[in-house]
Amino acid sequence: MWEYAPAPESRDIANLKPSYKMFVDGKFVEGTGEPLKTINPATEEVLAEVSTASQSDVDTAVKAARKAYDRVWSKMPGSERAKYIYRIARQIQERGRELAVLESLDNGKPIKESRDTDIPTAASHFFYHAGWADKLGYAGYGPDPKPLGVAGQVIPWNFPLLMAAWKIAPALACGNTVVLKPAETTPLTALVLADIIQQCDLPPGVVNIIPGAGDVGAALVEHADVNKVAFTGSTDVGKIIQGQLAGTSKKLTLELGGKAANIVFDDAPLDQAVEGIVNGIFFNQGHVCCAGSRLLVQESIADELIEKLHARVNTLRVGDPLDKNTDVGAINSREQLTKIKELTAAGEAEGATRWTSSCPLPDKGFFFAPTVFSDVSQAMRIAREEIFGPVLSVLTFRTPEEAVAKANNTPYGLSAGVWTEKGSRILWMAQRMRAGVVWSNTFNRFDPTAPFGGYQESGFGREGGRTGLEAYLDV
Amino acid sequence: MAAPTTLPSALADAVRDESSLRRFLHGLPGVDQVGVEQRAAGLGTRSIKKASKLHAIDLAISMVDLTTLEGADTHGKVRSLAAKARRPDPERPDVPKVAAVCVYPDMVKTAADDLVGTGINVASVATAFPSGRSTMDIKLADTRFAVEQGAAEVDMVIDRGAFLSGRYGQVFEEIVKIKEACGDAHLKVILETGELVTYDNVRRASWLALLAGGDFIKTSTGKVQPAATLPVTHVMLQAVRDWKDQTGELRGVKPAGGIRTTKDAIKYLVAVHEVAGPEWLDPHLFRFGASTLLNDLLMQRRTQLDGHYSGPDYVTVD
Repeated sequence: MWEYAPAPESRDIANLKPSYKMFVDGKFVEGTGEPLKTINPATEEVLAEVSTASQSDVDTAVKAARKAYDRVWSKMPGSERAKYIYRIARQIQERGRELAVLESLDNGKPIKESRDTDIPTAASHFFYHAGWADKLGYAGYGPDPKPLGVAGQVIPWNFPLLMAAWKIAPALACGNTVVLKPAETTPLTALVLADIIQQCDLPPGVVNIIPGAGDVGAALVEHADVNKVAFTGSTDVGKIIQGQLAGTSKKLTLELGGKAANIVFDDAPLDQAVEGIVNGIFFNQGHVCCAGSRLLVQESIADELIEKLHARVNTLRVGDPLDKNTDVGAINSREQLTKIKELTAAGEAEGATRWTSSCPLPDKGFFFAPTVFSDVSQAMRIAREEIFGPVLSVLTFRTPEEAVAKANNTPYGLSAGVWTEKGSRILWMAQRMRAGVVWSNTFNRFDPTAPFGGYQESGFGREGGRTGLEAYLDV
Repeated sequence: MAAPTTLPSALADAVRDESSLRRFLHGLPGVDQVGVEQRAAGLGTRSIKKASKLHAIDLAISMVDLTTLEGADTHGKVRSLAAKARRPDPERPDVPKVAAVCVYPDMVKTAADDLVGTGINVASVATAFPSGRSTMDIKLADTRFAVEQGAAEVDMVIDRGAFLSGRYGQVFEEIVKIKEACGDAHLKVILETGELVTYDNVRRASWLALLAGGDFIKTSTGKVQPAATLPVTHVMLQAVRDWKDQTGELRGVKPAGGIRTTKDAIKYLVAVHEVAGPEWLDPHLFRFGASTLLNDLLMQRRTQLDGHYSGPDYVTVD
């Protein structure tokens, strides 16, 4: 037997500090909220203490952003703003290893993903949007589109730095200033991004980062002087925010949950479909709003495909997120682990057939073995509710019409996957999918040039691409 | 068409006649180029360190088919290659011996005489290598000659022209006949994937060779670029894996040409481990067709054991 020796990335690279402060008006300051302790979900040890914002800190941050908007950022030529944004992008690349290790420590995702996906994609969002800053007149929103003002942004814990980049880069490119609240369980990389922003000499107040729990986010989106709210997170919170903003002039984009269908036809490239299914649901422990959590497979190939899938999932290596050979890392929090366990228990109780990878799990930390449910029907909770974990539900269909009907039979509509070697069928399916992103013969590919966003309870507004600029322009 | 072994009924049906064979090969699931290349690149990032690296190096050495296939080959050159095969690193007797020495048919006797009793096989290319452009009689004679001279393994080339023009039955018959001519010698079927071009073709040719009784499927002659690539090897490893799932038989894979470094070799071993499965990590089921790879493996082996790099002057050139 050939065992891979542990190949851990050194945690010293993360430059972990015992405490982190919030970033307001160009300075790192203590917040007056109750400090939070962020933990490493793979070991449950405390990583650092992080100061949080109180109501009055939120107000201070918004005021700083307003001042920076009025006096500097909204007046600065786009070509000048671009220079700052390019600088941020290059700094993210320079400090890529540090950010990757820190992200894996704080979030639990495997280092190969933070190193090869999160950090490079975050940098590419800044690069891409830097390019737009002086070309907004050519974006199709009139000759001289104006920014909105102060953007209040609240982001989730699944891609902490990448989501910060998705939010901050277009806001800055369009001439807005930002107050961003990172997730309670994963504030660290956003605060290193704050350090990068400080070192890039961004004018004080253009970007403010205020850690805290949901109450800080609520105070931020409710603040009277915020002109634009961008939220990525759960559908429940998204609905609350939309309610709060009703009747105000604030512009809102929401990027919420999903229950994406990954549809495999009998003429699909099967081995690559298996890869795509694995990537669709086990990438980032399934903590992906656009995860392909429902596999819809044509009945004629279901047995063969599921057999191949089980064999492949058994080779996934679950464990230490810092090990370069780890494929699936730690679940981000005990709370999330409990939720996954609750929903998988419901799956068994409702009669689905449970299969769990035989991989060994670490003794401590929050881990969940990759799980595949077959014999799932539309009526089961595991086919309808977002699990946000490494759990796949397999359903079958007989005809393309049935595949469309089942795929669209969800209140969500963020993404979908279609696997077939037949080009005309890809287009036929893509036209009928009620999903913001439809991948064909691939899954979970992200690019700053491609707009991302949802239908129905998956939210509205688009991020990325030319279309994504609209969310940060007064059009 | 004559099925070479007792195949399960579904597969026996596939080789019943030319049109069944075509239907079967064209009914195989397609290979998505982007997907297979992405998977190969992803697996290529595995980090193999310390004991697992040393194990991989020794394993890779034991899988090398040490090869010389030049017009300029002489008996002296072949004899020195045989000496290298017996003792890859003369100062380190614990280095495993290579799997085989691979030469042209007229050099087989020289190599075989020098390797008697070593457990190292002599492999011979045959069938009008590398182009395969000759008559069946000549290909059969070429094969019989190599086996008579002492080759325990025969590396044949398929008729790529016939394959690309859709004459699958002809390619199948040729492999079956060469297999017969091999007698007890193991048959490796060279697909020359650089001329087949698409991954769909690689999958079809792999299945064709397996159906016809090839013991190994081999990527390339080394005379055509690109020779072995990681994604092509993925497709072939998947084929032998699927073959085992359907028939219970284990067949081998041999990438050849262009694998020069330990780092590359380890990427191939990771693919063997995770695509085909751990049981293929065996010189009976996986080989490297290479000439320069061996010395890099030896240098990396010394580095692992000594804790520092030495240099090319400390290993023998041949």
